[in-house]
Amino acid sequence: LTPKKETFQTKSENGVITTLSPIHHRFTSLPPPLRFDRPNPDHNRNGRPFHRPPMRRSLTLRGDLIPGDPLLLPRMEIAANSLYKSKLIRGFCHLYDGQEALAVGMEAGITKEDAIITSYRDHCTFLGRGGELVDAFSELMGRMRGCSNGKGGSMHFYKKDASFYGGHGIVGAQIPLGCGLAFAQKYSKEENVSFVLYGDGAANQGQLFEALNIAALWDLPAILVCENNHYGMGTATWRPAKSPAYFKRGDYVPGLKVDGMDVLAVKQACKFAKEHALKNGPIFLLIGKTQTPNKTIVIIMDTYRYHGHSMSDPGSTYRTRDEVSGVRQVRDPIERVRKLLLSHDIATEKELKDIEKEVRKEVDDAVAQAKESPVPEPSELFTNMYVKDCGVESFGADRKELKVTLA
Amino acid sequence: MWGILRRSAVDGGGFSASSLRRTRFALVSARSYAAGSKEMTVRDALNSAIDEEMSADPKVFVMGEEVGQYQGAYKITKGLLEKYGPERVYDTPITEAGFTGIGVGAAYAGLKPVVEFMTFNFSMQAIDHIINSAAKSNYMSAGQINVPIVFRGPNGAAAGVGAQHSQCYAAWYASVPGLKVLAPYSAEDARGLLKAAIRDPDPVVFLENELLYGESFPISEEALDSSFCLPIGKAKIEREGKDVTITTFSKMVGFVLKAAEKLAEEGISAEVINLRSIRPLDRATINASVRKTSRLVTVEEGFPQHGVCAEICASVVEESFSYLDAPVERIAGADVPMPYAANLERLALPQVEDIVRAAKRACYRSK
Repeated sequence: LTPKKETFQTKSENGVITTLSPIHHRFTSLPPPLRFDRPNPDHNRNGRPFHRPPMRRSLTLRGDLIPGDPLLLPRMEIAANSLYKSKLIRGFCHLYDGQEALAVGMEAGITKEDAIITSYRDHCTFLGRGGELVDAFSELMGRMRGCSNGKGGSMHFYKKDASFYGGHGIVGAQIPLGCGLAFAQKYSKEENVSFVLYGDGAANQGQLFEALNIAALWDLPAILVCENNHYGMGTATWRPAKSPAYFKRGDYVPGLKVDGMDVLAVKQACKFAKEHALKNGPIFLLIGKTQTPNKTIVIIMDTYRYHGHSMSDPGSTYRTRDEVSGVRQVRDPIERVRKLLLSHDIATEKELKDIEKEVRKEVDDAVAQAKESPVPEPSELFTNMYVKDCGVESFGADRKELKVTLA
Repeated sequence: MWGILRRSAVDGGGFSASSLRRTRFALVSARSYAAGSKEMTVRDALNSAIDEEMSADPKVFVMGEEVGQYQGAYKITKGLLEKYGPERVYDTPITEAGFTGIGVGAAYAGLKPVVEFMTFNFSMQAIDHIINSAAKSNYMSAGQINVPIVFRGPNGAAAGVGAQHSQCYAAWYASVPGLKVLAPYSAEDARGLLKAAIRDPDPVVFLENELLYGESFPISEEALDSSFCLPIGKAKIEREGKDVTITTFSKMVGFVLKAAEKLAEEGISAEVINLRSIRPLDRATINASVRKTSRLVTVEEGFPQHGVCAEICASVVEESFSYLDAPVERIAGADVPMPYAANLERLALPQVEDIVRAAKRACYRSK
């Protein structure tokens, strides 16, 4: 076996780049490249490409033929944008529009028993996991109806019954937490995986490597997904990272690079990663060593966010407006799905326009409902501190005025 | 007096097993005959507590540096790897931030990790996970995500380990709402509180003390039972008295008991309170005692500014002001990083004579 030096990389017709991890350089014979714009022969059940589903009009457009609800997500983020500007949403608000393909494609490829954990840019991930629009808007506006009773805010959405573990404000903290979720899945012998989402900004954090090391050592079914939207807050990726090829940082952990603006590519990648993480996919058949096959895998999703880092960032001081509108014209995930649906006669223009109207109305109704819902009671200040309170005392700002015994 | 101090320091921190036994037996025989003559080291107490909880609940697992094959850096987890296997006892790399985060994530998903820090000084590398990921989660998620995790390990000064390995973290962790912070002293405390901590559905910071690990304490039959548990948030009155209340926790309880003996010889009857639980703080017991004695001396090993003693003094001044006959007194570690030289180290930590002097000041017996 003679080692090869160059990176093995292919580029498909529609620009999808697939790269195998450096570990494959050690072998002279390499497998055919893995592609995520259409299913590999192993993954395809009946020989037809994925993006040509059966032409049955009885299936509904929203939900069945369009994985998830991609039209809903950007509309929700735009509504959040206006609510923030009218000061109904306070503090931080990090918007996800432009990156919807990731949330939708991932959901389409996995189940609700697979866990997801992400950063503060969590609105769409929450909706993808089955969160209600009203709960999301109520939480953003600090109402009792919110998914965290108004006590979390934009950065702290959770939905434990759908295995969505938040919603974390500290950059990179969710990475070891997500590996811990994978640990629990392995410990309890569940056949599920954990998707640990982080950004290109968090990709330089030490705790990522600490968690990755342990995940690889202990064979945890963790899939680390870097949502590379090319800007860590206002800093373009080439500025903070010596090596911006994040998927190559895994060393013994294989890495895949996926076009994160293509919802179908994302879906395929996530399905593949899940199977690999559970049963050791083809990548590891190549290694030919007798070590325990590694389950952990790193995926880099090449994506883009149209808004700034948060609502206090205009998003135009570190990139040009032409760049943003350029990406929107060429790589917009919703446009891509729309074109696919139209070109394959799965939907007509009118049907799509109707869906858009429906979505707009849904969002407006949810916002109206959330605006009407009440703020939390003052007593809520002291709830949920502990599960088992054991007579603990808690105090308000004036402890002689406001003293509570947690029951 | 200096002779006593030198001997105390040589014995490893101000008391010896034999002098302690004398104190303990004096108390025990005054109370009951049937206390039993069984003794147990704090180390064995902790080991048995973890062992019993692991056997009772398959979701409990142990994680930390050297907890498995090495049998534990201080042998607290001795024998657990052999008994439960590598699926329950995990040796981690020296990456506190990483493995603490993994422990908290496992707790999110419903497991019950017992994460060991070799000392709490290293917990500072993982403090973001203890506070932001563990303590605040139940509140931020409105009860959806609770974190049934225990962070344990030795806290405070050992002997001659220098500035970076000697800090007491009780005040830091106890200031955070959402955490529970416990500090055992005797073997019974260690067993009861650790079992309670592991069973507790909230994140618990369990502050042990390296110099106490080898100390033996008498232990009752009740405490040896596998269902034994101490309540979290309740202090223990180690010695009843009527002239001055002295509160403290962890290793300092031994020092205070010795000081109480000395005070008794001079006619001052000190009531000694072993806090056991720093958060929630048992303000009720402390204030009831001060209302009885009218004088307060608080003792701790950690840095004085913004410490546990400061909180207790504030609480007593707020709630029992009219009962106080003297200003409240604080005895704490010196306001310096821990020096290495033995004589300086002795000056940097509270000694029995400091406690005696403060108690006498509170009783207006000296200037």
